Amino acid sequence: MDIIRLIIVAVGGQGNLLASKVLAEAALISDIPVRMSEIHGMAQRGGVVESAVVFGDAKSNIISDGDADVLVGFEPSETLRAINKCNQNTVVVTNISPLPPFTVMIGKGVYPDLAQLQKLIQAKTAKLIAFDALALAKKAGNVMSLNMVLLGALLQTGTLPLSGACVKEAIRETTKASFQEINLAAFDLGFAAAQNA
Amino acid sequence: MHKLLTEHPGQKMMLLGNEAIARGAMEAGVALAATYPGTPSSEISLNLFQIAQESDLYFEYSINEKVALEVTAASANAGVRSLCIMKHVGMNVAADALMTLAYVGVNGGLVIISADDPFMFSSQNEQDNRYYGKLSGLPIVEPSSVEEAKDMVPYAFDLSEKLKEPVILRTTTRINHSSGIVTLGKIAQRITTGDFKKDPFNYVTVPAVSRKLHVKLLQNIEKAAAISDQSPYNFTRGKGRWGIICNGVSFNYASDAVMDLNIADKTKILRIGFSHPMPSAMIKAFLKDCEKVLIIEEGEPYMEEAVKAMAQEEKLTLSIRGKGKDLFSRLFEFNPADVRKCIADYFGVNFSAKAKPDLSDVPEIPARPPNLCAGCSHRATFYAVRKAAEGQDTIYPTDIGCYTLGFLPPLSMGDFLICMGSSIGTSCGFSKATKQKVISYIGDSTFFHSGIPGLVNAVFNNHNFTLVILDNGTTAMTGHQPHPGVDMSQMNMDGFQQVSIENIVRAVGVKHVTVIRPYQVKKSIGAIKAALDYQGVSVVISKEGCVLHLKSLKKAVGKPFYVSDKCKNHRNCINDLACPAFYIDEDRVKINPDQCVGCAVCAQICPENAILPLKRSKA
Repeated sequence: MDIIRLIIVAVGGQGNLLASKVLAEAALISDIPVRMSEIHGMAQRGGVVESAVVFGDAKSNIISDGDADVLVGFEPSETLRAINKCNQNTVVVTNISPLPPFTVMIGKGVYPDLAQLQKLIQAKTAKLIAFDALALAKKAGNVMSLNMVLLGALLQTGTLPLSGACVKEAIRETTKASFQEINLAAFDLGFAAAQNA
Repeated sequence: MHKLLTEHPGQKMMLLGNEAIARGAMEAGVALAATYPGTPSSEISLNLFQIAQESDLYFEYSINEKVALEVTAASANAGVRSLCIMKHVGMNVAADALMTLAYVGVNGGLVIISADDPFMFSSQNEQDNRYYGKLSGLPIVEPSSVEEAKDMVPYAFDLSEKLKEPVILRTTTRINHSSGIVTLGKIAQRITTGDFKKDPFNYVTVPAVSRKLHVKLLQNIEKAAAISDQSPYNFTRGKGRWGIICNGVSFNYASDAVMDLNIADKTKILRIGFSHPMPSAMIKAFLKDCEKVLIIEEGEPYMEEAVKAMAQEEKLTLSIRGKGKDLFSRLFEFNPADVRKCIADYFGVNFSAKAKPDLSDVPEIPARPPNLCAGCSHRATFYAVRKAAEGQDTIYPTDIGCYTLGFLPPLSMGDFLICMGSSIGTSCGFSKATKQKVISYIGDSTFFHSGIPGLVNAVFNNHNFTLVILDNGTTAMTGHQPHPGVDMSQMNMDGFQQVSIENIVRAVGVKHVTVIRPYQVKKSIGAIKAALDYQGVSVVISKEGCVLHLKSLKKAVGKPFYVSDKCKNHRNCINDLACPAFYIDEDRVKINPDQCVGCAVCAQICPENAILPLKRSKA
């Protein structure tokens, strides 16, 4: 089967690792070879968390610059920072609700302009799906379900060798029972948002 | 039930590399495990700690890696299968025990896990611990995948018992923190009690005994070399006159590159999974069929040196390359594209990589550096020390833990760091060699790990510095593992004692000891000033729980604060404290109530008393 390389970038605490875990479980259910890798230094203290998921018969589990087929960004400036992983065939899905770094919050750094950020990504990749995933997570009932919203949008792009139904099954298996309804609703909202984007 | 205790051999499960290693330990029948926490090894220990709560596995967080190795060396010599887990730099701490344990050997299996960290994602150096195999004479096995990591644990135990030597299982971060699909094997019955048969003329390493044991060790290395040559973990894939010799994750990148470059018909790959002793007969046979050979290994040219020596023994003159300016680096982690490029260059294969996007028009994206958490008690302590030491010429040796982040501005509380415990030892040196005031930091877990001997040294030699022990009641950096100073009843765990840091400090003879609560700013500054004025060794123990840990124990610190209209925009709070709960909104400082934990330190330093508890304002 074709090898699909997915990069997910987020700020520590946004649920990136759980999202990758759901995808890996979905691949396991679908009998698709999968390997993944987490890259986080001292992320719990406000840093960036990157995870790489490789579907198919590759042996490597990290993704070199220019090699990502899909990039999912949980935070817009982090999506732009990861653009070096992309090429002109890459599909990008990003949340556009910013989480500025502390340096910006105290006025010692400039956060990139959101419109320009989207234009830049659009110009360098095949397709950009950008929307306010945080608003949809709130609509689903919990800001913490932001990761599930983005998984929904990712699945809508059809870039992964996984079905939406199978990812939902993985969400049921992997996430806490008390959040399941919210998580599944968040997934559907994200899926619909990508359709309309 | 813990998921790693699932019976059902043959079932497939998605596991983190470290979970796979812990599962491998269950399948090997490990009955005793000991560790000191260290990333990237931490989750192996975390899982075994949890498993120990619901089974007859004995697990302990030892005070340091040397002690962990001593604990497991004894149990293995009593015939109990034992596992000792550490990160790569931990092996330096354990090395004294390791070198002579290799002479003594073991009866029951002993596997030592060394989790190396190329690129230093969370470490102070990227030492290549394969040299510890060479130095001690112990066998090393190295997995290339998560599944193999699990399978190698029982293999390493069998090998250990066959050779009667400890076996080192060496991983890298990219194995520990990767996930893959693993097929479960059978969980072995644990044999939890053994019997130590006295034999002092083989176990007590006085010179006369050791001379005999060194002979035995060399014989064991010979036996290990023969096994390495037959090991299923050393294997060749493919056919051709171009040879690649690789290990660990490099095998994955090399395998993918050979496919990408379409050179599978010309290239054969020798994957080394049993890397000490190196399989010399296998390698020599491999070299004889090759036109040229490329060695692909992260870290040091460990295999490259061995392979070149073997070629010399066989009088072979083919090109064997690995590290070099035009080839692989001794620095950092490899990645698939770089490995592909080096292979293409070395064998002269035409290959054009995918065009990378032009990034020249991308604006500078603000950095997102790690930061001490909102309300972190270390920040409060650092602030109080800075105020107490105002006007003095100071040096701040620091140590390994979250508080190392205090070296960043605006706190700038960290001037020198080499290893765990070094803050105290280096303070002794700085205080003798300079006229500057030395103020050093060490965390509670690190104090137990390797701080105590340095402090004894300081007292005996009458050094002059102030040591601040940052006691946040847990090993915070690696994910809240316990240490001897922790009250385990807080976590509803019995069977533990609690060791008082204050009693230790007084017992070793420190005359000036104060305990502060760093959230009480004025009192803390006063106490630290007094400690700085003291001639000799003074110790300040700054006690306040880690906010992240307290949150996970459901013990919230307090109610959030807000900045009221009284604020005159001095910004002492942001400029001196830099708590990440602050933000600027239309040129005014605000506090994010979702982040603020109510430590009230900023409220105490605000010149207008403008920072107030949120609750009171609403009432």
